[in-house]
Amino acid sequence: MSGRERQGDADLAAGDRGRIGMWLFICTEILLFGGLFLLYSVYRYKHQADFHAASLNLSRFDGTLNTLVLITSSLTAALAVHELRGGRTAKARLFIAFTILFALTFLTVKGFEWGEKFTHGLYPDAAHLLSLPRGQILYFGLYFTMTGLHAVHVIVGMGLFGYALRSMSRGRVDADHPIYVENVTLFWHLVDIIWIFLFPLFYLIS
Amino acid sequence: MGETVHEASRPFFEPQGGKRGLLAWLTSTNHKRIGMLYLALIGSFFSVAVILGVLMRIQMLSPAMRLLDARGYNALFTMHGIIMIFLVVIPGVPTIFGNFALPMLIGANDMAFPRLNLFSWYLFLTGAVLAAVSVFTNGGAPDTGWTFYVPFSLKTTVNVPLATFAVFVLGMSSILTGINIVTTVHQLRAPGMRFFKMPLSVWGLYSTAWVQILATPIIGITMLLIIVERLFGIGVFDPTKGGDPLLYQHLFWIYSHPAVYIMILPAMGIISDLFPVFSRKNIFGYKMIAFSSLAIASVGSLVWGHHMYVSGQSDTADIVFSLLTFLVAVPSAIKVFNWIATMYKGSIRLEAPFLFALTFVFLFTIGGLTGLFLGALSANVQLHDTYFVVGHFHYIIFGGMGFGMFAALHYWYPKMTGRMYSKATAVLGWLLAFAGFNLFYFPFFIMGWEGMPRRYYSYLPKFAHLQFLSSIGAYVMVAGLAILIGNLLYHVRRGEEAPANPWGGATLEWTLPSPAPYENWEEPPIVTKGPYDYSGMGDGR
Amino acid sequence: MSDTDIERKGGGTAAHGPGYRSYLLVYALLVCLTVLTVTSASLNLGAVAIAIVLVIAGTKSIFVLLYFMHLRYEKRLLIKILIPIVVATLAIFIGLTYTDILYR
Repeated sequence: MSGRERQGDADLAAGDRGRIGMWLFICTEILLFGGLFLLYSVYRYKHQADFHAASLNLSRFDGTLNTLVLITSSLTAALAVHELRGGRTAKARLFIAFTILFALTFLTVKGFEWGEKFTHGLYPDAAHLLSLPRGQILYFGLYFTMTGLHAVHVIVGMGLFGYALRSMSRGRVDADHPIYVENVTLFWHLVDIIWIFLFPLFYLIS
Repeated sequence: MGETVHEASRPFFEPQGGKRGLLAWLTSTNHKRIGMLYLALIGSFFSVAVILGVLMRIQMLSPAMRLLDARGYNALFTMHGIIMIFLVVIPGVPTIFGNFALPMLIGANDMAFPRLNLFSWYLFLTGAVLAAVSVFTNGGAPDTGWTFYVPFSLKTTVNVPLATFAVFVLGMSSILTGINIVTTVHQLRAPGMRFFKMPLSVWGLYSTAWVQILATPIIGITMLLIIVERLFGIGVFDPTKGGDPLLYQHLFWIYSHPAVYIMILPAMGIISDLFPVFSRKNIFGYKMIAFSSLAIASVGSLVWGHHMYVSGQSDTADIVFSLLTFLVAVPSAIKVFNWIATMYKGSIRLEAPFLFALTFVFLFTIGGLTGLFLGALSANVQLHDTYFVVGHFHYIIFGGMGFGMFAALHYWYPKMTGRMYSKATAVLGWLLAFAGFNLFYFPFFIMGWEGMPRRYYSYLPKFAHLQFLSSIGAYVMVAGLAILIGNLLYHVRRGEEAPANPWGGATLEWTLPSPAPYENWEEPPIVTKGPYDYSGMGDGR
Repeated sequence: MSDTDIERKGGGTAAHGPGYRSYLLVYALLVCLTVLTVTSASLNLGAVAIAIVLVIAGTKSIFVLLYFMHLRYEKRLLIKILIPIVVATLAIFIGLTYTDILYR
């Protein structure tokens, strides 16, 4: 076996390990949010009417827009990996740049949404919120906590993709060493999946 | 080329590649060095927590003793618990012995993610520093108990946020260790080492790693929620806002019960390695022990409600959790029976590691049986939050896992240091530790049964005699621990040089020199026989 | 670029994943399901509404997992069973908690 083939095998093995490790980490993230979903589930069960009433304060348009933005960012991330594996590094970098752009769009919309809640006194410990029924207080407590934790993950994802762009421009990540980008993309898809659940649970309570 | 090969075959603690001193150790990704780094930290934290425990036993010498006031005593048992649970017994075996021994046990040269391994150690250190800082800042050490129950943890004006954040960071460290262990076991076994040819200590570490991965995120989110509740008042645990304090307990124990299996499973795995070696006989029921590790990990994740029988939980939940709790005793019992059966018609050598292993079985069995009392709904009503519970978990964690760690230390000492300790001193230390331990903790069962509540800074006169005896037992035990640790430390430089395989073990680490070399194998070993196959190895003396 | 080359470069035993067309098809499906779930919410279907949105969310997630995250092409058994394990674990945690919540 040639030295290059041995290196190729070593790269394969390292890639396998990295992918396994990333999937295991993704499991822990699902469970991290899982605890919050447990709380949401119990409190919605106990306060169904209040949760519905509270959700009317959210803009379904903003939520749907953000959902589509995040799904599109998932597409561009997946295509980035596809291009990278095919050796088309320049295209891959373009797709990653778009992914970051979409992430930024998501955060901007979210920022506006949060701002609106603040001006209407619908944030934790706000006097107005405390005057509402308990189910609504819990709804907004969970809303800020869960979308907040999600937003933290969006920011981290953006940072990781930014670092990917840097590594790619320096030739450290390429078609032969795609594992970093592949793993960050796995993380990003998870961020997308979490929002896929957050969206209907907070915005689409009928 | 010759220089590098020569260097990599030198002991792992000698300088490598021109790097020397503390900086070399702090930047090393070598699994054996990282294992020692963890040992250094965990040994120190254990000593601190023991001192806190001794202070508690001084306070408990008599009902009138006021070494500390109530608030001070609360902080004392809280820090004792936080340090022992999160900084000693949860990380203990996986990080010290998992890191040091696992790659050698499966014929690998290192863990799957060596740099992540070092990062885990730094996270661990960070968590410890944050916990220490929380004692001296923003109101001081938490006085909530290590369980941080709401609503008190939301109201008390001490440094709960920093302490809970420390726990969060330590949880991250534990998760990364778990990910490293699962990937290592799946990817790095030597040729011929199929899953059912792995030593049972590996099965123990592997089962534990799954619990670390699946359960720890829940304590992570729970600690974050405490912080967010205190800082922003979101209301999820606050009854005035519709929150349910019992949901906190659910979330807390969903992790913290499996956590005790993180503590005990790796230790049981190591014990499963020791019984064959020192009975010079194959383990009885290898597959049953392997499967029982998986069974304990899974069923043990279903029983958390037994901490909440009297907290206001529904009767239905009480019954369901009680049933599951009784079920989880079965795989543990299987292990105990199989260990004993291994000794039958074996050639027993009572070396120090085996002395500790036998002690483990004895003390763990007592602890486990008292768990049945607590698992029974009717008895629990009387026994909840009494000294009975404290006795139970100290027998299991300290008597079990603690003595298990001493067994592992005395077993792998030659591989770690290349030297041997004094057996006579070890036996003396053991004697004091064992006698002291039982004098210390057995009265807890009696006092608990008679109504002595836990976490109280004083007590009724009727408990005075037993509390006094108990404290004496504690001091004797600590003297024994000091002798044991001193014996090990003293002989690191001065012990007799140890052979590669002083115990006659058949697992792969004993085919390497003592002390273990920096690089384990140039070529991966080909595995043909089982981990407890002593054929062709003489009588092991 | 031959298949074996792509496999070697792909960093592991995971196959090269779907092609462009599959990615775009899945994307279109995800958009449609999003529209569907928003529409279903305005229909006010009462008690069954939450079941519908959860089923749709679950379906979207499955497609992301299978195609974007390449689970459909994943060869390693360990990785394939992870999501079922995690879902089962969460279901158990939530389910056993409900033995308390439902009967208090």
